[in-house]
Amino acid sequence: MGFSFARFSAVLVKEFIQMRRDRITFGMMIGIPIMQLFLFGFAINSDPKHLPTLVEMADQGPITRAMLMAMKTSDYFAFEGIVTDREAGDRALRDGSANFVAVIPPGFERDVIRGLSPQILLAADASDPSAAGNAVAALSGIVSTAMAQTLTGPLRATAPSPAPFSVTVHKQFNPEGRTATNIVPGLLAIILSMTMVMITAVAIVRESEKGTMETLIATPVRPAEVMLGKITPYILVGYVQTLVFLLAARVIFDVPFLGSRLAFFTGFNLYIVVNLALGFLISTVTRSQMQAMQISFFTLLPTILLSGFMFPFAGMPGWAQVIGNAIPATHFLRITRKVMLKGAGLADISHDLAAIGLIMLVIVAVALKRYRQTLD
Amino acid sequence: MTADLAISVRGLTKDFGSHRVVDHFDMDVPKGAIYGFLGPNGSGKTTTIRMMCGLLTPESGTGQCLGFDIIREAQQIKEHVGYMTQKFSLYEDLTIRENLDFIARMYRMKDRSAKVSAALADLGLTNRAGQLAGTLSGGWKQRLALAAAMLHGPQLLLLDEPTAGVDPKARRDFWDEIRRLSAQGVTVLVSTHYMDEAVQCDFIAYIAYGKKLISGPAGDIPALVGLTTWRVEGPDISGLEARLRKTPGVDQVARFGAVLHVSGKDKAALAQVVATERAQGLHQWHEQAGGLEEAFIYLMAGAPDTLGNDGAAAGGA
Repeated sequence: MGFSFARFSAVLVKEFIQMRRDRITFGMMIGIPIMQLFLFGFAINSDPKHLPTLVEMADQGPITRAMLMAMKTSDYFAFEGIVTDREAGDRALRDGSANFVAVIPPGFERDVIRGLSPQILLAADASDPSAAGNAVAALSGIVSTAMAQTLTGPLRATAPSPAPFSVTVHKQFNPEGRTATNIVPGLLAIILSMTMVMITAVAIVRESEKGTMETLIATPVRPAEVMLGKITPYILVGYVQTLVFLLAARVIFDVPFLGSRLAFFTGFNLYIVVNLALGFLISTVTRSQMQAMQISFFTLLPTILLSGFMFPFAGMPGWAQVIGNAIPATHFLRITRKVMLKGAGLADISHDLAAIGLIMLVIVAVALKRYRQTLD
Repeated sequence: MTADLAISVRGLTKDFGSHRVVDHFDMDVPKGAIYGFLGPNGSGKTTTIRMMCGLLTPESGTGQCLGFDIIREAQQIKEHVGYMTQKFSLYEDLTIRENLDFIARMYRMKDRSAKVSAALADLGLTNRAGQLAGTLSGGWKQRLALAAAMLHGPQLLLLDEPTAGVDPKARRDFWDEIRRLSAQGVTVLVSTHYMDEAVQCDFIAYIAYGKKLISGPAGDIPALVGLTTWRVEGPDISGLEARLRKTPGVDQVARFGAVLHVSGKDKAALAQVVATERAQGLHQWHEQAGGLEEAFIYLMAGAPDTLGNDGAAAGGA
């Protein structure tokens, strides 16, 4: 007696009926991912602009004005007011009402004209390095451009001299440096992982918790029939999520899809299966829906933090990269970014596919070993 | 292992961790019999039943169920056995018809929808077939579960405390159904801790602490336990009850309303007590035949419940 398609489809139909009746969970599977896409897609920005800035002006004149105007037009700095002394500036940095305080020293204009290279101090709140980083990096370029335009005629000699050569940076795949372009493809990996793992684990544990597993395994049904019958409906859920997601990415966030559809489809199917298998594995080691939810939730944090979704993978120490490489989302994230943004094809993602395949083999082997046809 | 036995097991042993739940258990269930499986809560009844239908693997022991080996041929046993769990374990979020249909598909039954419809008609649930199973009352859930267990026409029914928590009328109906099935040749192994259900069985086994204390045809149990029982009526029955409990030769006093059942292992010693009491002429004493109920009360008192409830309270002496 081998695999019975009739029993498999009976489990499948039952699962669909239950899914349809559990409206909240059904809504969660489709609604929450869309909500999260909108929330994170619009909310997360790794290149913050319009940072509140105060100026301590001990001197003023045309040069100062030109420089402040250049800072303002760069969009990084939003001037919110003037402070009269050092303490007021420090207080504003400490209580968070300003990210930057620019200090124009006394006699600044005069010293510039005399060619004394006076110093402007930009005090920055660097407690969050990524918030201050881009603005600080942009500053010296902004200032020298502004000065080159202002210090003309007899003052030309005091302007900063250009470097003997120039570097042209070619920003590829995301020329405008938009965060959404980076975040949205990665978000698909995270959201799929979150819903697939948790829903599968809970759906299976529910049978044990409610006692229905006992009725189920008292019938001649085979483990493979139960496993596939329970998992297949959620594969379809994954398809629906992804379809909605790709549409939203294109229409709302203007994220391109440049690469091979076949490559994406291959990686995506593999990724869904590996997540479902992980959910199945979790269900075999937990006894209640609550436990299954908790363990699924614990897999979520490393998936977000170590996969390269939030922080650059290359920046992690070697041991953390080893952990990161064991997370399926790490590889699928690379696939989505490569295919959608860089126009990659199957050959370009073969390494990532192999990695997911390997993780999947390990998980499925352990899950099948753990799942038994008896109650012991 | 003879052909007229539906179940025959020897030395079944099961541990959960370091705790021995079933200890060298033997049982023979003749085909067509209603076999009562008695014992307090936590005595190992459910575990034993699960081992018999291949849901649990014993640590040691051998056995056959409907001619199939309980360890190697669990799959075949499942095809031919109907198992009704202690707790309602059909899908509460499926309708009555969907549940029966699902079970029918699990057994790959032919004429599925006709058989499901027939089962619904037998149950008297045709009009409520579209109702969610979770909304049924306890008695109806029990009947639905029995119908589901019987749907594929099994030769052997394993019922694990099928009437726990069901009202007396529903219990009576349930047992009428079990007797009807038995008359059709279905073997029934039913675990219970209701006395009135035990007396309806052809054979009985009593288990406590995972060990079988006694088994045999229902009529032989009192003799096997070896109790003599007298029935007493008369004035100040409570005073008499208190006095008898302290009297040597009396092993057990069980009260049924205004009547006492006084039992003892030593027939002569008990007769002596009765003679002394009778001499006072206050109460009417009659020797009681059968005494299955007293036998169980005696067994329960001797083997207190592992969970610390019933047993001792029901025992009396």
